[in-house]
Amino acid sequence: MISFIGGRLVSLVLTTLVASVIVFLLMQVLPGDPAVLMLGMNADPDAIAALHRQLGLDQPIWIRYLHWIGGFVVGDFGMSLTYSVPIRDLLGPRILVTLPLALLSMAISVVVAIAIGVYAAANRGKAGDTVVMGIAQVGVAIPNFWLALLFILLFALKLAWFPASGFAGWDGGIWNGLHSLILPAFALGLPLAAILGRVTRSAVIETLGEDFIRTARAKGLSRSGALWTHAVPNALIPVVTIIGLQFSFLLAGTIIIENVFNLPGIGRLVFQAIAQRDLVTVQTLVTLLAASVITINFLVDLVYGYLDPRLSRGGH
Amino acid sequence: MSNPAVASEQGIVSKLIGSRNLTIGATVTVILLAMAIVSYVWTPYSPTGMNFRDKLQGPSLAHWFGTDNFGRDILSMIMVGARNSISVSIVAVLVGAGIGVPLGAWAAARGGFVDGLVMRMSDLAFAFPALLTAVIITAIFGPGATNAMIAIGIFNIPVFARVTRGASMGLWKREYVQAARCAGRGDVAITLLHILPNINHVLLVQVTIQFALAIVAEAGLSYVGLGTQPPMPSWGKMLNDAQTFIYQAPWLAIFPGLAITFAVLGLNLLGDGLRDILDPRVRRQR
Repeated sequence: MISFIGGRLVSLVLTTLVASVIVFLLMQVLPGDPAVLMLGMNADPDAIAALHRQLGLDQPIWIRYLHWIGGFVVGDFGMSLTYSVPIRDLLGPRILVTLPLALLSMAISVVVAIAIGVYAAANRGKAGDTVVMGIAQVGVAIPNFWLALLFILLFALKLAWFPASGFAGWDGGIWNGLHSLILPAFALGLPLAAILGRVTRSAVIETLGEDFIRTARAKGLSRSGALWTHAVPNALIPVVTIIGLQFSFLLAGTIIIENVFNLPGIGRLVFQAIAQRDLVTVQTLVTLLAASVITINFLVDLVYGYLDPRLSRGGH
Repeated sequence: MSNPAVASEQGIVSKLIGSRNLTIGATVTVILLAMAIVSYVWTPYSPTGMNFRDKLQGPSLAHWFGTDNFGRDILSMIMVGARNSISVSIVAVLVGAGIGVPLGAWAAARGGFVDGLVMRMSDLAFAFPALLTAVIITAIFGPGATNAMIAIGIFNIPVFARVTRGASMGLWKREYVQAARCAGRGDVAITLLHILPNINHVLLVQVTIQFALAIVAEAGLSYVGLGTQPPMPSWGKMLNDAQTFIYQAPWLAIFPGLAITFAVLGLNLLGDGLRDILDPRVRRQR
């Protein structure tokens, strides 16, 4: 188990480093000189050269990379070019929007998926299964930003239960902030729940056909007892895989959903930074997002090793 | 699903007709394609022509899906939007499959170092949320339909590489492949003659899945203003415009979204149907 974790950790660090190099190189290709953008098109060439020196843009590329990644590792991401504040200070309040949004969406997705998946599997072939899976089939096809618009129409404009856009902040209490995140979280989480629900259903159906379920029933366990204590836990491996994969979708989803609801999160910051050619901020955010996807995949591997010890013993 | 023994005795034609998923999926996909093709020669109104006298009208006999704030006919815009959405998605899937399939086949044929390299590269590509990659690519090369195709195509590459590798790995150990190798055929010839024909059903299903994802991705990119550029209508852009008038004209936010959902649902059903028919392993599990 230790060598399994160690091996995965090494590949985690290597993948993150290579990802950071790619992002850094991509940013060098991004058209638009940040110094020109900051000073304006007609700025004095000497002023631009001076700003280049100040920003370190006159240094060779590999020095700039090492300088940036060195700071990155210790949490010093550098200064934002457009906001003129440390990027770390920009991140703080925005992570407090994006992270709760992502976690809430994930929780909605998992709870709804397991509920509909297990229900459909337990009622396989009956009307309930057909209806629930039919809805899930449509749910998979609904783009989250359209669902968001429909939610705004119904729950914000017609019923006025939730705000149509903006973020109230956490200062006025947990509910204040949460209130602005509920519609975005459902818009993000429900289409994912539809995908995950389908996976859960087929995984539970597959385990329900296994011999150990028959044994459990034979020793006198009730149908629902066998379902919840044996079938569902054993069906979790494929479900966890998809949860891990969905995290990447979820992060991408927050980028668009934050735009729909005008939420001041990481996704909107990425957009603004790209629009303003704030290269350091863009490369920091993108690398952070990639690193969090890589980390989640690493955690999924660990959960695998725990759920199925055969994998961590290298039997696979 | 029917008993596999019985199903295998039925002809492929009756199986094709018998699959409900496939029938619905194929019908929806054909309607979508027809809408896109017809839009080249005919739309009820000009999709770009403005007519302020008729602006923000609700659905009526004259304008089935209503009109937007410029008085443009929504149905006409959706038809042309279908064309843009489909052409972007076709190119994106071609880019992904065109590069991904050879890479995956190469990895499976060579194994060892090549395999490791291709798989690590695809791991790396998966570390970047697909839409984020697309946003950065369109930011670098500029917004527009062409760059959206490239951006969406790029994140299709690792998907096709993985699927191709996974499906063909086992085939390389089969006797007929060994025999072909003994007969002196090279990796490329074996891949073309023996591997790809045996995995084309897997690839076909993947194509429908990626096509559906590409439609959503294109709409997403257009929604945030990085995809198809105005005045060319696109479903994503229409949804973005609709948000401004969501109070006065909610139908503006309904129809383009329905079009996306309809398209994606059709392609997904088509993919499910094809998989049921072409992959006997899945059929038995159901």
